[in-house]
Amino acid sequence: MSYNVLIIDDEPLARSMVTEYLQAHPQFTIAEECNNGFEGVKAVQQHNPDLIFLDIQMPKITGFEMLELLEEPPAVIFTTAFDEYAVQAFEKNAVDYLLKPFSQQRFDKAISKWLEQEKPATVSHEPLLKDAAKHPLQAERIVVKTGNKISIIPLQDIHYLEAADDYVKIVTAAGSFLKKQTMSFFEGSLDAARFVRTHRSFIVQVKEITRIDPYEKENHIALLRSGEKIPVSRGGYPKLKAMLGL
Amino acid sequence: MAVSPFRTKQFMIPFCVGWFVWIAMQQLALYQMGLNWFEALTDSLVTNTLLIYVSLLLFTILRFYVPRSSSLLNLFFWISILTAGWFFAGRFILGLFYNETSHYVVATKNTWPIRIAIGFLINGCICLVGYAYFNWQERTETEKQKTEAEQLSKEAELYKLRQQLQPHFLFNSLNSINALIGTRPAEARQMVQQLSDFLRSTLKKEEQQWVKLEDEMQTLQLYLAIEKVRFGHRLHTQLEMDADALQLQLPALLLQPLVENAIKFGLYDTTEESHIHLKATARAGQLLIAVENPYDPSTSAAQKGTGFGLSSVQRRLFLMFGRNDLLKTETNGTTFNTQLFIPQPSVSDL
Repeated sequence: MSYNVLIIDDEPLARSMVTEYLQAHPQFTIAEECNNGFEGVKAVQQHNPDLIFLDIQMPKITGFEMLELLEEPPAVIFTTAFDEYAVQAFEKNAVDYLLKPFSQQRFDKAISKWLEQEKPATVSHEPLLKDAAKHPLQAERIVVKTGNKISIIPLQDIHYLEAADDYVKIVTAAGSFLKKQTMSFFEGSLDAARFVRTHRSFIVQVKEITRIDPYEKENHIALLRSGEKIPVSRGGYPKLKAMLGL
Repeated sequence: MAVSPFRTKQFMIPFCVGWFVWIAMQQLALYQMGLNWFEALTDSLVTNTLLIYVSLLLFTILRFYVPRSSSLLNLFFWISILTAGWFFAGRFILGLFYNETSHYVVATKNTWPIRIAIGFLINGCICLVGYAYFNWQERTETEKQKTEAEQLSKEAELYKLRQQLQPHFLFNSLNSINALIGTRPAEARQMVQQLSDFLRSTLKKEEQQWVKLEDEMQTLQLYLAIEKVRFGHRLHTQLEMDADALQLQLPALLLQPLVENAIKFGLYDTTEESHIHLKATARAGQLLIAVENPYDPSTSAAQKGTGFGLSSVQRRLFLMFGRNDLLKTETNGTTFNTQLFIPQPSVSDL
């Protein structure tokens, strides 16, 4: 059995370390080495690797954000130097991670752990990424991919989020973006002091709301500064009221 | 400024009661000496009202100026002057009520020497109370300021320690060394040396307040050399320094966070080649350091804690010089400029 792997790290020496340790495991072939998350996304699509070695703190987008952009993310062994937030996310979600500098023994252990695992058809990193969303490098932004273009959206620019089948539509002044994600993911990861889920299909940035009007029976409509109208359900209304201090 | 003791009830009540009793006692004494009730009351009220004025005046003087123990003689002098003034004013006012030959004037003639003595004693007591009170207040004030200043410097110390540790930098450097050991052991050795020298120089600097730019540049060059090993071809640095600027002084560990900030945005957060340019010049006796680094407005705007390193530099500059205009930043497209002005210390500060 032979496996395809990618090494994604912005430091060349850190990549060479993994390359060197991998020589002890001839069944692994390095398909490509990537300098950053952008290259990583492309390489994953191109090579469809079985396993990737991924650093967290990289230019522009973090390793976690890179994973979010992948339609079918591969299994991951994280490599990171010092990162309290990341380590917290790992510890709860039991993905293997190597703290730099790591030894050949520790590296071998991670490899055997992965080899012994049952390989599911698709890998889900959702619980990990939910915790990682609070990472200080990415807590104020959302990264989305449209075709081959990767955009970084600052949270403060968001008007609202709307469910759209398997995707979530993120609406900003600069246009709207689709991200393959669930509403509950955003409800759990976005700052609850700024975003409120007013409806099964809507999450609104509170500072954008200018008015709330009654609408049919017990429902309401929130009017945004941009003129957009967002439905507020019977369950969402008390939450919104509490946040606005009404 | 000191708070007047008259603001507090604990002082005001005994003060009023004391005077009331004193006025009554003087009146009684004069009555027993042969004055009638009215004469005794007038005398006691006039002289003691004046005395109250004098005591208030003494308090006011002490409120603004608490004499050091070496100039306590001044206090004695004031008391004498005020007592004399009090005596003449009292005589004058009472003279308006009673003429030279009246029963009152004749009867009280011999009391004045002893009344001057008593007046002097009372003023002396008041002065002592006031002196003790304001001295105590000044001392508590100084104590409070001292504790606050100590607290501040402790915080700064802790922050510096945290800054120096930079665990992310340290562990990544160790990881690079680990990688070099296998393939390029000579370079690994060199990097161990550079990393040790860098750490040592940041630890050493803690004690000194001011350092020469020349020394600070050596530390900086070590730091940049380590980053070049980590990021290889991607990092290019250009350091330009005037010969006179090298001899100028700057507060220790101030340049480091400035360059770290440039590295953070210009290297850690860019995917292309990174050019970092530092220029130090001497301008009108001030040291001017300008740092230029590339940056990506889209990612750094959405990044929490943008410029945290710079805000700490700003705060330190404010604590040291009381000025907010010594650090300037400016963005120009995808270039970030930082300018740092350092006024030179006078010889006594060094």
